Amino acid sequence: MSGHFDGGLGQAGAFMTARIPSFTHFLATHAPDLLPASLAGQLPAGGGDLIKDLPHATTIVAAACERGVVLAGDRRATAGNVISKRDVEKVFRSDEFSAMAIAGVASIGLEFARLFQVELEHYEKMEGRSLSLEGKANRLAKMVRDNLAPAMQGLAVIPLFAGYDEETGVGRIFSYDVAGGPWEEHRFHSIGSGSVFAKSSLKKLYSDDMPMTDAVLACVQALYDAADDDSATGGPDLPRKIFPVVTTITDDGYRRLPDPESEEYSDQVVQSRMRSPDGPRAPLRTGS
Amino acid sequence: MPFYVSPEQIMRDKADYARSRIARGRSCVALQYAGGILMVAPNPSTALHKISELYDRIAFAAGGRYNEYEALRKAGVTYADVTGYQFDRRDVTARALANWYAQTLGGIFTDSTKPYEVEIVVAEVGVKPDDDQIYRITFDGSVSDEPGFVAFGGQADQVAAALKERFHDDMTLTEALGAALEALAAPPAQGSGSGSGSGSAAGNGAQATELNAAHLEVAILDRARAHRTFRRLRGPRLEELLAESRAASAASAASAEAPEPASDAPAAQAAEATPPASDEPPTGPPSASGDGIPKP
Repeated sequence: MSGHFDGGLGQAGAFMTARIPSFTHFLATHAPDLLPASLAGQLPAGGGDLIKDLPHATTIVAAACERGVVLAGDRRATAGNVISKRDVEKVFRSDEFSAMAIAGVASIGLEFARLFQVELEHYEKMEGRSLSLEGKANRLAKMVRDNLAPAMQGLAVIPLFAGYDEETGVGRIFSYDVAGGPWEEHRFHSIGSGSVFAKSSLKKLYSDDMPMTDAVLACVQALYDAADDDSATGGPDLPRKIFPVVTTITDDGYRRLPDPESEEYSDQVVQSRMRSPDGPRAPLRTGS
Repeated sequence: MPFYVSPEQIMRDKADYARSRIARGRSCVALQYAGGILMVAPNPSTALHKISELYDRIAFAAGGRYNEYEALRKAGVTYADVTGYQFDRRDVTARALANWYAQTLGGIFTDSTKPYEVEIVVAEVGVKPDDDQIYRITFDGSVSDEPGFVAFGGQADQVAAALKERFHDDMTLTEALGAALEALAAPPAQGSGSGSGSGSAAGNGAQATELNAAHLEVAILDRARAHRTFRRLRGPRLEELLAESRAASAASAASAEAPEPASDAPAAQAAEATPPASDEPPTGPPSASGDGIPKP
């Protein structure tokens, strides 16, 4: 099937064959070299150091809230012990009612996000309707699993998927491992190098049916706690005005908080940490 | 094949076949307005579309045989998505898609026994009205660049002529919709035009009936929107727009005459059921050997 993008009816044949409405499926059949997973088996042995020194994306947090879900990530990418980027974006709009964020090898993650975006849009255009939220989550699982071979060689990337379920009217979170998934997470979740700290922080700050603004604040607090204890996670960079990427997915659709708004939340957190460096204190004994 | 048939005869037969089949359908229009591009097609189905999104700023509209243009639409979406994924979203253009459709339809017309009975429009909304592009591709792969507006499928000639009278630059959405509906409901041009076929009354008479929201498919490419500009107008929003445009055209028609050929309707329905009897091509796109542009 070579040469099917260079004109003639061979090309028309490939495009016009009736098939399942999946973009990755089309590429896998007609142009597998365009898929991120095409790296499988092509990597020579002994590239470990090289791979270790690729920029890695770090901490992502997600929390369900009233009418939707919040998905946020810090801005740091690290290559070994070097900070390779201070303003990297790891949270991406997937479609009107969902978003994905990545942890792991940043470049592969970027390609994942782009491919997944096209995948969802492609289905929508072909079929005239959006995939169900489970459908989207399952599709992402397949893409993660296709990347298993490169992941075993060090090029691992893990997404965290969050979306608003139009059928049930709630925000939902799905996590993955290198072999696929999806695992539905309830209430909140975190992935990446700082996830241990972020999750512990969220555990103390989270409450069911939080208003969205509270959930955003809880996520920014959690990212601050992750940055506090994990060297690969970046905190709010006040001098350079680089703040966490915060997105909300509600019944109004996907929204990335504009920088000034994200700055307000970060400011609030930083100011409160001036007084109490370890952040808000949870009550030792639960009431009643 | 047992007998020798000249290539001219084969091509002529194929073109006549395709043209007569397309002329039996209903006309659709696409036209520019200040805020983008409006596409209107008479279509009673809410699920089987004639107008669809191809890419961020590009739409597809077709008349003719559903299964054939649906296959072309899906192929176009795939072409656009592969191109956009490989390069950048800005690198998907209506010109490239129109060329691709022209190649494909031309190939099918030449190679297969039965040509596709479709007419396609690919429209792209630009940042400025000057950047808007509308391409029309006919069953034999002829492609034409249509500045401002285009009518296609069915009795495209008459609709285009009617639309030309009403079209002007910088129309509002309401004005554009009014112009489109009036053009689609234009009475058959009796005795005038390039030919007289029995199919003429069938195709156009059917459109002379009042077009209401339930029988219309309306979509726009909205210049002001970021990312994906394609929007369907339906339900209450469409009713509202229709009411506005009717009120506006009633006001303007008060001074002029009000063309409302309601008497054609029953005859038209009867005629619609029976295909054109003669093999003679009814009035439609004038000639396959030409550029395929209706000359109003």
